[in-house]
Formats: sequence, structure tokens, C-alpha cells
Amino acid sequence: MTMSRLGIYVHIPFCVGKCPYCDFYSVTSDCEQRERFVRALTDDIKENADKRYIVDSIYFGGGTPTTLSEKQLDSIMKAVNNSFVVSEDVEITIEANPCTVGEISFKGLRSIGFNRISFGVQSCVDDELRALGRLHSFAQAESCVRAACNAGFENISCDLMLGIIGQDIDSLKYSVDTLCSWPITHISAYMLSIEQGTPYDNDAVRSAIASEDMVADMYLYAVNRLNNNGFEQYEISNFCREDKYSRHNMKYWSREDYVGFGPSAHSFRNGKRYYYERDIEKYITDRKSILKIEDAYCNVLEEYVMLSLRTCIGMDISKYIEYGGNEQKVSALSKELVKHGLAENDGSHLKLTPKGFLVSNSIMTELM
Amino acid sequence: MKQENIRNFCIIAHIDHGKSTLADRILELTSTVALRDMEDQLLDNMDIERERGITIKARAVKLKYTSLSGEEYIFNLIDTPGHVDFNYEVSRSLAACEGAILVVDASQGIEAQTLANTYLAIEHDLEVMPVINKIDLPSADPERACNEIENIIGIPAMDAPRISAKTGLNVRDVLERVITDIPAPKGDENAPVQALIFDSYYDSYKGVIIYVRVKQGTLRVGDTIKLMATGAQFLTVEIGSMGATDLVPTGELKAGEVGYIAASIKNIGDTRVGDTVTTVENPCSEPLPGYKKVNPMVFSGVYPADGAKYQDLRDALDKLALNDASLSFEPETSVALGFGFRCGFLGLLHMEIIQERLEREYNLDLITTAPSVIYKVILTSGETLYIDNPTNYPDPTLIASAEEPMVEAHIFSPSEHVGNIMELCQQRRGIFKDMKYLEENRVDLHYDLPLNEIVYDFFDALKSRTRGYASFDYELKGYAKSKLVKLDILLNGEMVDALSFIVHADNAYARARKMVERLKDNIPRQMFEVPVQAAIGGKIIARETVKAYRKDVLAKCYGGDITRKKKLLEKQKEGKKRMRQLGSVEVPQEAFMSVLKLDD
Repeated sequence: MTMSRLGIYVHIPFCVGKCPYCDFYSVTSDCEQRERFVRALTDDIKENADKRYIVDSIYFGGGTPTTLSEKQLDSIMKAVNNSFVVSEDVEITIEANPCTVGEISFKGLRSIGFNRISFGVQSCVDDELRALGRLHSFAQAESCVRAACNAGFENISCDLMLGIIGQDIDSLKYSVDTLCSWPITHISAYMLSIEQGTPYDNDAVRSAIASEDMVADMYLYAVNRLNNNGFEQYEISNFCREDKYSRHNMKYWSREDYVGFGPSAHSFRNGKRYYYERDIEKYITDRKSILKIEDAYCNVLEEYVMLSLRTCIGMDISKYIEYGGNEQKVSALSKELVKHGLAENDGSHLKLTPKGFLVSNSIMTELM
Repeated sequence: MKQENIRNFCIIAHIDHGKSTLADRILELTSTVALRDMEDQLLDNMDIERERGITIKARAVKLKYTSLSGEEYIFNLIDTPGHVDFNYEVSRSLAACEGAILVVDASQGIEAQTLANTYLAIEHDLEVMPVINKIDLPSADPERACNEIENIIGIPAMDAPRISAKTGLNVRDVLERVITDIPAPKGDENAPVQALIFDSYYDSYKGVIIYVRVKQGTLRVGDTIKLMATGAQFLTVEIGSMGATDLVPTGELKAGEVGYIAASIKNIGDTRVGDTVTTVENPCSEPLPGYKKVNPMVFSGVYPADGAKYQDLRDALDKLALNDASLSFEPETSVALGFGFRCGFLGLLHMEIIQERLEREYNLDLITTAPSVIYKVILTSGETLYIDNPTNYPDPTLIASAEEPMVEAHIFSPSEHVGNIMELCQQRRGIFKDMKYLEENRVDLHYDLPLNEIVYDFFDALKSRTRGYASFDYELKGYAKSKLVKLDILLNGEMVDALSFIVHADNAYARARKMVERLKDNIPRQMFEVPVQAAIGGKIIARETVKAYRKDVLAKCYGGDITRKKKLLEKQKEGKKRMRQLGSVEVPQEAFMSVLKLDD
């Protein structure tokens, strides 16, 4: 009998400083708190030990996981290995900030077991990095990537931001081409969005950032340029070489099971969605109290629409109908979308084009 | 109370000249309302009335006043709506009185509406008693106001009480003058009952409450009454007078008195304002003069923004109609908007008020179509049609001639704005009749205007061109031949029936251009480019394009937080419900409203 596959997500909620646009949960911390956190986290993992699953992806996200020491990261990894059956070809990713890796060695990360690393590079132009409030410079980012490569990381991802204050098509071209010339396998190209409650959430920033039309142009440009450089798009914001898509993210989009540890981490298991609230101290002292079920009965149709249409495989129309979708609605919409160049329909799948990805929310809500 | 000690009167005033404030002071002085119950503008008890400073429904209150000479009097104060839309109701309220207090703002002088209502009062043989209000204002010019009253209306005003309703200054003089200047009612208490209905409303416990003025005879609880115009008969279960805050049963109403009747009446349509109440046992021979059935002048399609709320809208209209016999509605269907109602209103204000009450009191989101008047179309076959819905306008090849309703309008304004007003009236196809100087700096402009030109936004346009100083009044004059065309709007190549309207051929092109521009500005960018076109009989005469939006995407996946994304999308989907899906185009309510306001 084949075992069910499972992804594991570990949220390390610490950062040296908070980027003004970032909405992920992170705090600045001291050694003592980090130590207590790691203890709670490993306890959490052990308590949830389950050897019925085979883990094929482990993802350390944040925050900035590299704010922890090698020893701490290792103890977390050991807890995972002791609690779950881990597949031989497991993909183990760690997110890293190009300015915090200085304290730990890439060799160290490799020896703990990490075989994929994701850098928040964002841009190859220092002015743009400053506009984003990033603490690293382009040179630092480049040397980090090179060092990781030299340490044996064969699967490296870099984030690229679109729509930064001051960014234009030319500077975007420079960033794309530079990233593509590096020994990396994966690029996530996100459009800057202003999240509620972040320091960026103000009118001054709103008026300074690129217009929607401009960002849309940048996106289409980036998709095209990345493609020409051998990075194939497989999701709205994700591109890879040699089929090195992010195994972990693919789980989100294909509704496979994953379990998250740490405050603000989300889980999806047996059709249920649950998560830990964003509270590090509670997580350490009484994590049961912040474990919340958010969706006990997922609407499969809605989730299938919004997740499958993010990918370049697209939405299987027969599945959509099987899940209760309206056949006439999808066929009428599909015709309009194809007519306007927003989607392709090969008879079995409805697949959005880059232009369609740009308005994917509207398309999804039509079908949900 | 002896008839000699009863006074029935109303107050005539322009908006904001202080009618309701004066009424409040009178209520205070007669101790009708305990001070703790005193709320500003007690008689205007609908929220909309208070906010807009207008009276929509007539209302009445019985006051006890002890004069300076020590004698006791009963005052029946009948509050009347001031707006032209409710002209008929005003005239019935006036018919219930022997006198009217004319309140004129000492800083503003006489306005068009005041004049119209004052003439109406004089027509009904009412004693008009001028009062100069707001003399406490620095800009007050009581002499000028008195002169205006004497010169324009032609009644003596030099000894009119000069008051400040706000501070209460000299208000007692007004009450004393009511006794001396306004005649007491007459009428034989023993004659057959003849009572005028001047208002009615629906009470969920007692049924319809009719407000009456008894002209002759005596009405008693237990009498079976007959409403002469509708022929309906009812057994009276309660009769009494109107206190300021509640009804006070008295058991009977005698000639000269004002009061209410409750007779378990279920349908307000039976109790038409202006009808005569008599008794079955001893009926009067003739009804009181002046009754007419009021007919709506302005029509508009009213649709629920959410199609599922159709039944709610019907229930709300049913309930409003319980209190408003002049509101008419019947179901209609629009290709674009689905199921809704064709509603008939007395005028624009009436329409706005009904819409506002539906939205506010019944919590409905509405889409209303452009107001239409009733066009008279004579077909080549000789048949005459009356069209109140542009959708039903016949094909041009079938039309021999068409006529549209005209109004006779008076605009009062400081003379410096005459140029602007004339320009506006010209644009609205007005026919200049004459211009009179009311005094050195104020004129009365007299125009004939097509009703369909004033139902959109004429009053707003007038206000903005005269910095708010002009006042405006009109009455229906009859039909006139006109070159009319039906203008259709197409979105993404598909006609939207709810946006069609009738326009004069000479204005069609300009109107079409403005319509498509407004729509373009008010329809949000869509997934696709949307052409917005205006056409007459299939020929496109104007076009704009709503651009496609480019970006509507959640780039990130927030670390497996699928629910958050889902909620965002669900919220977006919810937002779409406020839009109307017309073919493949989403049109927000505001777009339907925007085409109504065409003035720049």
C-alpha cells in the first residue's frame, strides 16, 4: 500500500528587522526567546508525530529561519525526522535573507539536510532595495547565492519584486537578466501589494508606487523575459528551470495535505483547514489555545477553482463540473476569455494566459 | 367648546423660512407639549422631513390657548406640505382651515413656492395673516419683506407681527392675532354630517386613521360613515382630536372641529384625501367641492439591486402605499434589470422621497431608471397611446405625431442671475412668457417648459446657476406637439432597455454624448473592453469605451493560508452583487443614477 504524502511547514517568526511591505508574522527577539520557541516547536512536532504519512517536502519559512542557529535548526530537523517518515527524495527548503546568512554557513545548512534555499533578493538595483526597506545590498545577495551554490545547493530560488517604487521596465529587465545568469533554478516574481496595517499602508506610498497598468506591463514583460531565459512559468508568480518547481507550494495549489508548525502556520489535513494564531508567547506557553479550525468543511469547488486556475496546468473542466460547477457558466465564460486572450481551452483544461493571470481574481469569482 | 372660540389655521412658508420652528414655539406657548417631550420640529416626525427641512405629510394638532384677556381658545394647527409635488394635498389642507399664517423670512423675502401656496390659500377664501420671521438675523430687512408682501401678494403687511421663531420673540403676538384676524368656523352642528378628509395614514393597530375637518353636523362613535367618492362604508370605533404626541379620543366631533376617525379601515385607497365623510343614517346631499383623484406625473422603474429581493420590494411598496395613496406601482420586467415595478409619483421630490424611504426604512438597495413623463403618441393608424415607459415607445415608422406634457413655471430670483436662468431654460427648450420685477433686484421669470426637461435635474441646475437663490414652482399646463425620439443605450453591443429614454430630436445628439460619457465614467473597468453606444432606431450616434482593467490578482499565497485568499475572493464576489450583470458587463447602481444627472 502506498502511503499518503505530506508536506511539513515550519514557521520561524523572527526577523532582524521588519520590511515595511511585509505582512508575514515575524517579531524581533532575543536569544532566550528563540531558545524557548525552538523547544516549544520541537515539542509540537513530536506531539504530532504520525508515521502513516510519508513526508516529501519540508519547508522552513518565516520570518527569517536563518535567524536561528545551526544547532537550533538541526534540533528542529531531528524532531521532524523522528516524528515522520521522510522520503528519500525529500525537498527541504529554507528561506534566507541575503543579509542574515553571514552568521551561519551554507555548508552547515546542507549538513543539517537542507537541499533547497530561497533568497529574498527582490531586485538587483540597490536604489530599489532601499525603497523596499531591505537591509541587504545587491552585492550581498549575489555573494550569498554564489556561496550557497559553492556549498552544494543545486536548487536555489530567488524572489523578484515587481512594482517597486522607482522600478521601470529597463531596471526590471536588468534584474531579470541578472538573476537568470546566476546558478539558480527557480524564481518567484511577485507584484508588490500593499497589505493592511503594514507601514506601506499609506497614501504616500500608494501614490508613489507604479500604477496598475504599469505593474501589469511589468508582469507581462517579466513573464516573457523569464521564459526567454529558460524559466518556465508554472504558476501565477512562479517560474523554474528543469522542472524544479517548488514541491511545497505545489501542494497548496493541488490541495495536498500539509501540516504547519509555529505561530501563523496553516495546515490542511483530511479536508480540514486549521492554523495557529499569530502569537509567539502563547505558542510557547499554551499553543493549544491558539490552534484554530478555520474551515472544517472546505468548499471543494471554490478551492479547486481558485487554486487550479493559479497554475499553468489550469482547471480540469470535467473536475469542475464533477465538484458541482455550472457547465454552461464555464463554457460561456471560457469562450469570452479565449476570445479576449485571457485563457486557453484545450478541450479538457481551462488555462489562464499571463494576461488572464493578471485578472485571475475576477475570473475565479465568476466561477466560484 | 363654542365655535366662536375655535380657530383652524395652517402655516405657509418657504423651505427654511421657519414654519416648523414657529410651530414648535406655538406648541410650547400653548403648553401642548411638556418641555421634556419637546424635540425640535415636532410636527415633522419622519427622519427625511427633519433632515431635509420639509413637510411631506400633512399633520394636525389641537392646541389650547388662553388669550391675554383670559379667554380659552382651541387652535387647530394644520401643517401642510409646501412642495409643488403635493399641491393637491396642500389645497385640501387649506380647505380645512379658515386662515393661514404666511411666514416670510425677513432676510429672504417672498419665494416662488410661498407665492403659489399663498395664492392657493386666497383661492380657498382663507384669511392670510403675514408674519415676518427671523428679525434677529443681522441681514434681516423686515421693511423690505413687508413691502414685498404688499406689492406682490397685495395684502396689508405693515402691522404684521415681527418675530423670531428661533428665540420666541413676539410669538405670543402671533397667537393673539390668530384670535382677532382669523375667523371662527361656521357650520350647523345639527345638519347632516359633512367632513373633509385632508390626510390619512395607516396604523397597524387601528387601521387607517382619517384626519377630517367637520364642516357641518356632528360625528359620533358608533356612526356608520360613508366616504362619498369611493362609496365605502365603515363603522366608527374611535373619534377624537390630535394631541401633539398622540391621539386623544373624545367620542365626537362637531361642526368646526378638526379631528380623527378610526373605523377599522384596511385599505388607504378607500380614504382619499379631499373626499367627503358623511353618515349613512343621515347623509348630506352634496359632497364638499374640490375633490379630485390625483394622478402621478412622473414614472420610473424601481428594481431591487439584488434580484432576490423582489418580494421584499413588493412588501415595502405595499406598506408605503398604505400611507401614501398617491404612490402607484405595478410590476414590470426589464431585460436588463429583471423583475421590478413601474412606479408613479406626483413629482420629482415625491419620487426621491419614496426611493429614500425604501432604501432607508426597508433597507433595500435599489436601481431606479430615468424618470419619464407620460407621452401622448398618435399612431398612423389613428390610435392614441399614452407611454410612461420609454421601452414601450413605438417604432418611429408607426408614429404620426407625438406630444409631451408642458408646465407653466415661475422662477423667482435676484435679477443678477437672469442671464444664467434664461440660458438654462433655453437649453431645456423653455418658451419665455414674460419677466416681472418683483422689486428692484428681484424678478419673476415666467416660462413654459416641457415637463421631461425638468424631471431630471432642473432644480439642481437652477440652484447651481443662481448660487442657491432662485426658487421655482410649476403647474401642469397640458400637452404640446413635439419632435420626440427614443434613445437607446448599448453596452457591449447589447441594448439595455432600462437605460432607454425619450428625448427631443434636437437634443438627442448632445444628450447621447453625455450619456455615454457618464456611463463610461461610472462603469468600472472590466475584464474586457466594453463599448458604450447610444443609438436612435438602430443608428449609432455616440460611442465611448470602458477600458479593460489590467490587474486584479493575488500574487502571493500567504504560506498556505488558503482561507484568507478564499475570503478575499468571496468578498469580491459579494461586492459584485451590487453590480448588475448586463450580458457580460457589470454595471454598478451608480451608473444608472449617473445618467440622470446630465447638467455640467
